[in-house]
Amino acid sequence: MQWLNVILQGVLIGGLYAMFAAGLSLIFGVMRLVNIAHGDLIVLAAYVALLVTQALGVDPLTSLLLVVPIMAIIGYALQRGLLNYTLGDDLLPPFLVTFGLSIIIQNGLLELFTADSRKLQAGAIEIQTFEVMQGVWIGVLPLIQFAVAVAVIAGLQVLFYKTALGRAFRATSDDQAVAQLMGLDTRHVFAMAMALSLAVIAIAGVFLAVRTNFDPAIGPARLIFGFEAVIIGGLGNMWGTLVGGVILGVSQAIGAQINPGWQLLAGHLAFLAILALRPQGLFPKVSG
Amino acid sequence: MSQGKYQAEHATHSSRIGVTLIGATFVVLALAPFWGDRQTLRLLAEIFTFVALASLWNLLAGYAGLVSVGQQAFVGLGGYLLFALVILLDVHPIAAILIAGPIGALVAVPVATLIFRLRGAYFAIGTWVVAEVFRLLASQISALGGGSGISLPAAVVIAMAPSRQLREFETYWLALALTGAVLGAIVALLRSRHGLALTAIRDNEVAAQSNGIDVTRIKFIVYMLTGFGTAMIGALIFLMKLRISPDTAFSVNDWTAFVIFITVIGGIGRIEGPIIGTIVFFMLRQALADLGSLYLLMMGAVAIVVMLWAPKGLWGLIAERFGWQALPLQRYLVLAPKTEQPGGKP
Amino acid sequence: MPDPLLEVRAIDAYYGDFQALFGVSLRVNAGEVVAVIGANGAGKSTLLKSIAGLMRPKAGDIIFDGEPIGAAPAFAVVKRGIALVPEGRRLFPSLTVEENLLIGGQSRRPGPWTLDRVYDLFPVLAERRHLPAPALSGGQQQMCSIGRALMSNPRLLLCDEISLGLAPIIVRDIYARLPAIVAEGLALIVVEQDIAQALKAARQVYCLQEGGIALQGPARELTREKISAAYFGV
Repeated sequence: MQWLNVILQGVLIGGLYAMFAAGLSLIFGVMRLVNIAHGDLIVLAAYVALLVTQALGVDPLTSLLLVVPIMAIIGYALQRGLLNYTLGDDLLPPFLVTFGLSIIIQNGLLELFTADSRKLQAGAIEIQTFEVMQGVWIGVLPLIQFAVAVAVIAGLQVLFYKTALGRAFRATSDDQAVAQLMGLDTRHVFAMAMALSLAVIAIAGVFLAVRTNFDPAIGPARLIFGFEAVIIGGLGNMWGTLVGGVILGVSQAIGAQINPGWQLLAGHLAFLAILALRPQGLFPKVSG
Repeated sequence: MSQGKYQAEHATHSSRIGVTLIGATFVVLALAPFWGDRQTLRLLAEIFTFVALASLWNLLAGYAGLVSVGQQAFVGLGGYLLFALVILLDVHPIAAILIAGPIGALVAVPVATLIFRLRGAYFAIGTWVVAEVFRLLASQISALGGGSGISLPAAVVIAMAPSRQLREFETYWLALALTGAVLGAIVALLRSRHGLALTAIRDNEVAAQSNGIDVTRIKFIVYMLTGFGTAMIGALIFLMKLRISPDTAFSVNDWTAFVIFITVIGGIGRIEGPIIGTIVFFMLRQALADLGSLYLLMMGAVAIVVMLWAPKGLWGLIAERFGWQALPLQRYLVLAPKTEQPGGKP
Repeated sequence: MPDPLLEVRAIDAYYGDFQALFGVSLRVNAGEVVAVIGANGAGKSTLLKSIAGLMRPKAGDIIFDGEPIGAAPAFAVVKRGIALVPEGRRLFPSLTVEENLLIGGQSRRPGPWTLDRVYDLFPVLAERRHLPAPALSGGQQQMCSIGRALMSNPRLLLCDEISLGLAPIIVRDIYARLPAIVAEGLALIVVEQDIAQALKAARQVYCLQEGGIALQGPARELTREKISAAYFGV
């Protein structure tokens, strides 16, 4: 029973990792950009939520109504004003610019909010649990978090394959020059993709901040979790990122159960094992 | 039509001046114990280690296109090897530094086998995961202090030299010699046949591949060589620090972020870049260290500005403006003097 | 002479340091079919890319419907009514046939061409509408690429080497539909290496050689000798 609880918790936290991964995967899919500042933007979203909850006195989940659009606007501006200028055949400019951005966000947050740990208080819901079967308990909040993750990924899937914006994303990803011939301003398409990525980041950031303490330095580790989930699931597959997140979450939970020092190590080793045995990930994108 | 014969030359006028200047600088630096105080020696030794680390990263990212954010894995590995060899096996610290090199190269083999499956920026994050694994493993080694780290035993430190002053001279010269060796090795590599291939890869990987260069193999070799050098420098750094912990040994900020900053500012893909970059970095650090996190924030901003407006860095600006090169690395086709032509008159 | 729909005035175009076009001029009237012929590397595709906004000419002007468009990016040029069928078809492989057509209509210009009209013109596309684009045969892909360009309801359609790599019978089939397309009043520039096909379809012919116009005139007045002289520069 104890192990079942452990695995269940791992699965539920996997939803959070999948949300870290989805934004990363989306950006890479549309413009082949790997955003090194991804984790720091998740932490930024957590601080934005902190300010919103404090200023308006709303609970964290309600704050999403503001945090999501704020982050999306930041994403659009970031892409239009900075990142679009780094895109091209050379890998270094986008890498180094997002790397510089990561340092700026971390130290900017440190300057504004100090290194103190913060947490978003969600109230009574945080400790509510229910018993699914004899001796197996599920927290209400982790369950909501997982359900939201599934909804986010399903939403992205629909957006990608059923809407004009998704069509524009896929076309631009296929062939930028011809996409322009179709009347698509690729600068705008890329900015929309970044806005969407940061909207997902906003949701992930709020759930992260409700679940654990956060401080300005924890971003890079979130980037790594998201990245591991992407690679485990297979590049370019949204549902794959969910599976990747769950595998990562379960590995960490099992590692932590054996020895608290092994939590992160177990996750990394699961990632390396997948890389060794199935480098294309579990569910690689099927090329058309 | 009278046609002269072309021959390839490395040296230009500026590079001849450059080499002379570098030789003179090296002599002045080697004599530093006689003109500098202890503070100066320590600062210089630290500068040397950063020149070496940045030059190695530059070789990896600037030439071989292997953008790594995980070189702290090898810095920390070298540091921990030093402590393990000295404390657990009674090896002399200097011998331990020399042993750290080959072990670093050896460890690079399985690491490369795994992470070479990732491309581009995903490769970068993959190297970071490996460094994290090393850090977490190091914190599990209780014989070396586990998560809180360990100091080098006083007896070992005292045994290194008859006096404290001599020991400081010794580490200073060691730092200068190792950095000189790393730079010399990189220059030699770039001037070799492999160097030409590397430059081709830097300029255009696809074209290099189609011209019969085994790009993957060369990248693999470069990754091993930088593992070798970085582990040695890592061991040296922690011999100077005398204390190690997983967090300092595998710090992404100290051993990778700063190193990337240095290389980008100075000029990536150019051997002179990391040297210029390190000088600028230390000047900025001395001037702005009081600002704390704001200083780092400015550093990130400077890196972005340089990448967007001067992607070849400061040295790139200088070199393009004046056509300089400090080290004779580029090959120039020059018309050979007619008198030297075999076969006499055309 | 009436004001032309498109007027290209003495443009120079470069790839980096390499100059591909030298003072090329060309006029297309509304509803007219113009052929641009020339050997490989003569600058035909460069001319079309410059008109479509994929390249910015370094000198000269491109006037469309009385307004200069030489500096406009491709996505803005489409919205003014110029569509390009690119060389090699270049359908979006991740999109289905129907999605490829729909994205062609992204610019939302009003006009006669709709999904249904394109399917009427090329019925085979309707049968295969839900297949991924790479599942089509070469000729069907070319039809899809033409249909995709038509979906933007252009006033000027640019076709770059639509016969390239296709069997002669399929080329004839595709060219047989051109009158139906032009019947809607749109002007057409066809770039071809297949001279016979181009001469049959066009009223006005321009022959490019090494980046410059070597010969121009009404299709019926050009003799084989004149063309081959201009084509090969002998």
